[in-house]
Amino acid sequence: MSVDSDVRIPAAASPATPARRRAWPRLLLILSGLLLLFSFVRVVTGAEELTSAGTVAAALGLAVPIGMAGLGGLWSERSGVVNIGLEGMMILGTWGAGFAGWQWGPWAGVAFAVIMGALGGLLHALATVTFGVDQIVSGVAINILALGLTKYLAATAFEGTPGGGQTQSPPIDPIGSVTLPGLSQLGEALEDTELFLISDLGGLIAGLTTDISYVTVLAITCVIATWWILWRTAFGLRLRSCGEAPYAAESLGVNVYKYKYIAVVVSGALSGLGGAYLAIVAASIYREGQTGGRGYIGLAAMIFGNWRPGGLAAGAGLFGYADGLQLRSGEAVHALLLLAAIALGIAGLYLAWKRKPVGSAVSLVLAAGFWWWYASTTDLPPQVTFMTPYITTLVVLALASQRLRMPAADGQVYRKGEET
Amino acid sequence: MSPKVRRLLLTVGTPLVAVLFAMGIVSVILAATGVNPLDAFQSMIEYAGQPRTQVLILNQSTTYYLSAVAVAIGFRMNLFNIGVDGQYRLAALLAAAFAGNVALPAPLHIGLTILVAMSVGAMWAGIAGLLKVTRGVSEVISTIMLNFIATGIAAYLLAPGRLAESAEGSNNIATPTIPESGRVPGLPLIPDTVELVYGLIILAAVVGVAYWYVLGRTRFGFDLRATGMSESAAVASGVNVKKMVMISMLLSGAVAGLVGMPQLLGASYQYSLDFPAGLGFTGIAIALLGRNSPIGIAFGALLFGFLDSSAQILDLEGVPKEIVLIMQGVIVLCVVIAYELVRRYTVRQVARDVGRRLGEAGPPPPAPAPPAAGPSTEVPA
Repeated sequence: MSVDSDVRIPAAASPATPARRRAWPRLLLILSGLLLLFSFVRVVTGAEELTSAGTVAAALGLAVPIGMAGLGGLWSERSGVVNIGLEGMMILGTWGAGFAGWQWGPWAGVAFAVIMGALGGLLHALATVTFGVDQIVSGVAINILALGLTKYLAATAFEGTPGGGQTQSPPIDPIGSVTLPGLSQLGEALEDTELFLISDLGGLIAGLTTDISYVTVLAITCVIATWWILWRTAFGLRLRSCGEAPYAAESLGVNVYKYKYIAVVVSGALSGLGGAYLAIVAASIYREGQTGGRGYIGLAAMIFGNWRPGGLAAGAGLFGYADGLQLRSGEAVHALLLLAAIALGIAGLYLAWKRKPVGSAVSLVLAAGFWWWYASTTDLPPQVTFMTPYITTLVVLALASQRLRMPAADGQVYRKGEET
Repeated sequence: MSPKVRRLLLTVGTPLVAVLFAMGIVSVILAATGVNPLDAFQSMIEYAGQPRTQVLILNQSTTYYLSAVAVAIGFRMNLFNIGVDGQYRLAALLAAAFAGNVALPAPLHIGLTILVAMSVGAMWAGIAGLLKVTRGVSEVISTIMLNFIATGIAAYLLAPGRLAESAEGSNNIATPTIPESGRVPGLPLIPDTVELVYGLIILAAVVGVAYWYVLGRTRFGFDLRATGMSESAAVASGVNVKKMVMISMLLSGAVAGLVGMPQLLGASYQYSLDFPAGLGFTGIAIALLGRNSPIGIAFGALLFGFLDSSAQILDLEGVPKEIVLIMQGVIVLCVVIAYELVRRYTVRQVARDVGRRLGEAGPPPPAPAPPAAGPSTEVPA
């Protein structure tokens, strides 16, 4: 099976292979190209919010819950368990954060949210790993159950509390944030220059270094730690082998059940952390319906990122950015149409240079379409921004399904010693 | 126990035991939060005894039944149509806009409205089918995404100046009210109350019978189930799997389009911001509960309808009615786990039966070997 080659990669690639060495410059090239593009569009359209520190900070904040849900999905699916229940585990997290947060302080809220999410994950693991129930069925059931449970618990726990009620908790104390001293001021100074490229870079730096919530820092640490644990340790290799070829892993003495349990519980814990961010940092309160489907967007970000932490972070960032921009300024979202037109135009030319006429033609036609859309309208309905993550995911799936590679045994029921 | 009796017992007993087990768990939760579970159950049952509540239960169940059948059509083919939710909402919105803006004679008006709803539902599900067939995109993911896109489109369309008009004196936005000719009159099925049961309960029954007939009694249904059980076997017997995926997605979506109809044509007569949402997910739960069988789904729909409707009384007694949502979630989890355990048990049992029969058939041909021959047949140790 082709699976084996992938499982072996970490061992083979340890002293930076050429492919890995080439990845960094390419990434930097793409990032600087994007910055250039954004800068250009900002200057042309005058939509200053496009790269302002405020937008970048909002995007980062909105990306955190999406990213945590996605990271939860990554853990679970890397071990071969599809987790549709992320949304439910996140809901449990928001309630846990509200319940412990207003009584014992924000950090207790974070801890309790993580525990609640992990309990949701444990239930999913129990149903799918121990009892072998269809993973999607179990996920759907957990979403229904978590919704009911939190509504019920909220009604019993928050009714009659100061400022709380059936559908919301009393306010939670702020958790505090960190500002990187030198970089933050530097970024602000650069942003104030209002120069092409310099100002945009400044906005980016300032947005990423000013008033970053501790939970955000924790979340970013989780992404990096996940990458390190899953791709750089023996534990991670075994966990991923359970998602690729569980019976092969079993034959090598890996306790597949144990790894799946760990992965799914961690998955729930991370979703719970995402819920904690929503309740404690974003809203300072538990409110019913707070997650708004972010568990599913997280799933989308994970697929967008090809079941990898880096790609997932990029996906979460993209979806968070679209959301954040919408909140800051509708006019700036309209400028994104121009951005899409230019990006597609460049892609079209690149494909033409690569002698791929069909792809090139499609890209150029789409570019023209976006240009026309940009030129003939003055604003974008908010619903379009709302739909962006989902449409993006569908398009990515439709166009790149050959290049996406999910874990080979993802979603399959594993029974010890019953290989068929 | 003969295998037939055993199977019947398992079919009826499994969900029953699972439901009782779920009630046990819920009782623990209730007791933990200071509520006497027996009191709560008793008042629910008493409340359900009132004719008015029974109408509510039937109405709710009608909607649930349609939703669950839509999901079940996909399930029989191993397709997970999580998108019933988006399909019925979009279908109900467009059908409401259609019905509210035309004036036709009654049967035609109703018929065309239903046709619009079915086409919209089928089309929306068809996108997922098309993506699966042509690009290999998992329908689970694509239908989840399509649900959200449907939400966005519905929010965009349901605005004054587009498909909606703002009602005077309220901030609810709705499509134009459907005229008399487009409404389906209710049926006085329950005595002793003025409340009427949705006329479209008949439609739900027809869909149920059609579902049973098409899947159980036609070549197409056989192919569909065969593909669901073993795709490779179906391919070997000449089934065009891609075509089947497409058709069953379209069928599932068409039935999903009907989900909003009883409510739309029998009660609200317009699609507004507060049109019920989330019925698609309940449908998944009920389809699982009823094991995709038309009868089983009917029982599941009635159970959920009962839980939903009789929960209203709990709020009056100071118990948050959300306990019913917990009960529904726990029931689904317990039932699927129970089914899985029973499936494994049955497989083992069948293996044992086969083994025993082979044993009874005994040491083949030279059957009653004379004892004297015994020792000679034994392999020397």
